[in-house]
Amino acid sequence: MSDPSKEWPLWEVFIRGKGGLSHRHAGSVHAADAKMALEHARDTYTRRMEGVSLWVLPSAQIVSSDPGDAAALFEPAEDKVYRHPTFYKIPDGITHI
Amino acid sequence: MYTTDLSGKDKNAAVAGVAEDPALIAAFEARVAADEFIEPKDWMPEAYRKTLVRQMSQHAHSEIVGMLPEGNWITRAPNLRRKAILLAKVQDEAGHGLYLYSAAETLGTSRDEMTEALLSGKAKYSTIFNYPTLTWADIGAIGWLVDGAAIMNQVPLQRTSYGPYARAMVRICKEESFHQRQGYEIMMHLAAGTDAQKRMAQDALNRWWWPSLMMFGPPDDKSPNTEQSMRWRIKRDTNDELRQKFVDITVPQAEAIGLTVPDAALKWNEERGAYDFGEVDWEEFYAVVKGEGPVAKERMQARQKAWDEGAWVREAARVHAEKRAAAKLAAE
Repeated sequence: MSDPSKEWPLWEVFIRGKGGLSHRHAGSVHAADAKMALEHARDTYTRRMEGVSLWVLPSAQIVSSDPGDAAALFEPAEDKVYRHPTFYKIPDGITHI
Repeated sequence: MYTTDLSGKDKNAAVAGVAEDPALIAAFEARVAADEFIEPKDWMPEAYRKTLVRQMSQHAHSEIVGMLPEGNWITRAPNLRRKAILLAKVQDEAGHGLYLYSAAETLGTSRDEMTEALLSGKAKYSTIFNYPTLTWADIGAIGWLVDGAAIMNQVPLQRTSYGPYARAMVRICKEESFHQRQGYEIMMHLAAGTDAQKRMAQDALNRWWWPSLMMFGPPDDKSPNTEQSMRWRIKRDTNDELRQKFVDITVPQAEAIGLTVPDAALKWNEERGAYDFGEVDWEEFYAVVKGEGPVAKERMQARQKAWDEGAWVREAARVHAEKRAAAKLAAE
């Protein structure tokens, strides 16, 4: 049977598509260490010039929010419509604002 | 974390067969019905998770086993151009397998567990790869027909309800089109070549046509999982719908290069605006599913050999990394 402690750890892969863009999650690879993770990420996710830079980080290091908390975390923004420019009525004829 | 923690406890809790909360199920069904995407950490019914692991790992295994029939011709490609193309295609198939394994792992099944399921025969892969590649024209037929059928299956899966699966499919579909076109190009050149080359192309079409139609799976009335999978948006079209679409698109492509689809019953149906075609030999299909394909044993032997012979590499790299990490820690 498989022994999880013997499996190479999992790394998440992020790719910068081109200069000026931020890195974006692409998928994951298994690798024994960081250097191998970069090599595997390159072979697996950038065979067609998909990027100019790669990030890899151990999957176990990612801390994420719980989907169950989504309402508590994100809904309060819904009643703060005054954060959006369209909330404010500016008379016709006023320009550059 | 993004990827499900395999050593975590939720996995075992979920398998324990605890009755699922009807309110959670209803909320889940409503989200799926509204075409929302389900993500790894979202609650999902255990049956949905299991169906996905089965479908995605089967899909990944097919990509990996699919490298074998084509790999068979890399050293014998007729020229350097064809060889470079075939190498790139086979490498893509490895990549596709890896995208899918990585997406399936987010459901809490480890890569090694999936590999073991394949090697033990517990997990299936596409029946098409249990047919041999006898001539160079088979490489053309595989790209054109097998990848063509795969595209037909995969395009709707870009909108499948499980987010990581859908995203993997988007990536895969972008790359498949090259596979199909290079295959058709091979067939086109052979069909325009000498009589012997033309015969070779026709022979490959004769042998790969029916197995390609089988790739869409059993007929709708004998496909027990279809209804549930359609409701869960894991599947977006039925097997027969996709098969019909494939026939309608592919027949004119064969005619355009002077090849004949090996089906005496094939006939354009003006009323339906589609081709009528003959019955697939389902006996053969079920036999191949059960592992009785012409080269099924060789395929699994090749995978087992690769796994066994790679064991020392996996072990050495792991131990080396652990040693270096320990040394680094000691130096701090």
